[in-house]
Amino acid sequence: MRRLTWFNATSLTLGFAFLYLPMLILIVYSFNESKLVTVWAGFSTKWYGTLVQNEAFLDAAVVTLKVAVTSSTIATVLGTMAALVLVRAGRFPGRTLFSGMIYAPLVMPEVITGLSLLLLFIGIGLDRGILTIILAHTTFSMAFVAVVVSSRLMSFDRSLEEAALDLGCSAFDAFRLVTLPIIAPAVISGWLLAFTLSLDDLVIASFTAGPSATTLPIKIWSSIRLGVSPEINALSTIMIGIVAVGVITASLVTKRASLRQQAEERAAAQQV
Amino acid sequence: MRRFALIALPYAWLLALFLVPFGIVLKISLSDIALAIPPYTPTLDLSEGWAGFKDFLAALDFENFTFLTTDDLYWKAYLSSLQIAALATFITLIVGYPIAYGMANAPDHWRPTLMMLVILPFWTSFLIRVYSWMGILSTEGYLNQLLLWAGLISEPLVILNTPTAVYIGIVYTYLPFMILPIYSTLERMDGSLLEAAEDLGCSRLTAFWLVTVPLSKNGIVAGCFLVFIPTIGEFVIPSLLGGSRTLMIGKVLWEEFFNNRDWPVASAVAVVLLLILIIPIILFQRNEQKSREAEG
Repeated sequence: MRRLTWFNATSLTLGFAFLYLPMLILIVYSFNESKLVTVWAGFSTKWYGTLVQNEAFLDAAVVTLKVAVTSSTIATVLGTMAALVLVRAGRFPGRTLFSGMIYAPLVMPEVITGLSLLLLFIGIGLDRGILTIILAHTTFSMAFVAVVVSSRLMSFDRSLEEAALDLGCSAFDAFRLVTLPIIAPAVISGWLLAFTLSLDDLVIASFTAGPSATTLPIKIWSSIRLGVSPEINALSTIMIGIVAVGVITASLVTKRASLRQQAEERAAAQQV
Repeated sequence: MRRFALIALPYAWLLALFLVPFGIVLKISLSDIALAIPPYTPTLDLSEGWAGFKDFLAALDFENFTFLTTDDLYWKAYLSSLQIAALATFITLIVGYPIAYGMANAPDHWRPTLMMLVILPFWTSFLIRVYSWMGILSTEGYLNQLLLWAGLISEPLVILNTPTAVYIGIVYTYLPFMILPIYSTLERMDGSLLEAAEDLGCSRLTAFWLVTVPLSKNGIVAGCFLVFIPTIGEFVIPSLLGGSRTLMIGKVLWEEFFNNRDWPVASAVAVVLLLILIIPIILFQRNEQKSREAEG
């Protein structure tokens, strides 16, 4: 019984207006001529011009991307291994501790994660910089990868893998040729999630970054603490644009892939 | 052997970068502040062997924790974090439920798009989403301009740097976490139950209270915990929108560490915050387990 009553239509309209209006305003005012952000003075793209000439922002963007790519890749490998352990390894000494350590970072306040990692890095005498941010981001995002991948593994039909083993595959080949292609969508979304979390993180990066490496969120943070700035509006618009294009493309690709799969299954059924 | 490697690698990583750091926080929370690098004492000197370890243990005390109870700032900050988190969670529920309900009742072919529209903000930078409200809520901001123009107010409202702005920020950024679990329970609901209730003489509103709300209880509880738990330790929202008048413990910890450089007290604040969080986390996991069993 689906009813799109006036009540439902209103709540959807108001709800999505609430979710999107603030970002829309930000985008519109990024094209504002005036330095006074809240007063409209005509259309201009000059803040984008000053933004691309701002080397501090560009440097921070490069550091952020390096950190995000490296940490999300390591986190995907470790998180997938952890998911395999959680779903497949059965009992082993210290299992409770292991699953506890996997799930804890999901609910841990960032200030605590950041503080504890900083104290560790200082304790072992590791200089703060790009390496320490990568280590920190890998640690908290591997938990998210593990959760995403393990939920896919739970619904995985193990008989496929057993068939491969019966047909003479080694355990590793069976994983590489059978399991991995099937869980690949979950592994990819795990990677994307880890990547976004890393791009987005301010708190943990602030604790673990040193003077030699500043990420984009830290840079944004230090300029918006004093108030709204037109350059940050321009930067936000670019970032929102990239995310929107990415998410819409990803959803179209998955939609097409699932349509193609349905078509192939239908074709296969007709041949039988 | 291969199984051992599979377990050992992520295990070792988490031990070294998750558990050991906590041990260090706990240790420093029991230490004293000192004008040194690192700025606390005692430090464990392994070269002195067993005697050094015993001296180290003897020097630890709960002074920082007693300090937290004597200075008003800390317990007030914990209390006001809990209070803000609870009220914000409630407002998010009131705002989120109708949206989830509308999505569940929308035509089938709309739903993937609506779903994507709810998830999209989650992928956008948290910092930018909070920042976008600074321009709206400030005294000369867009909201005040609109209200002044419409003649609804004669003086600009002061919203930025008050707790109200913090509530708006929390509701805005955490709304998807409330909508998604409620939507997934509502979507699976059997519509014939509502028809049955109406056939038996329930008004639509009564049917909603007696059938829809109880059936979506698991989603409501999950959504509330997903908002409540991270909000307690929130730092960005109170710092950007709350001004100096809003007291939240995540901000206190940050300032204690970066501005006062009091590592032992910052660590003690972290330990107590964690102890407070354990209760809702355990309750949340119970709820998840129950709903999983109900589905299975």
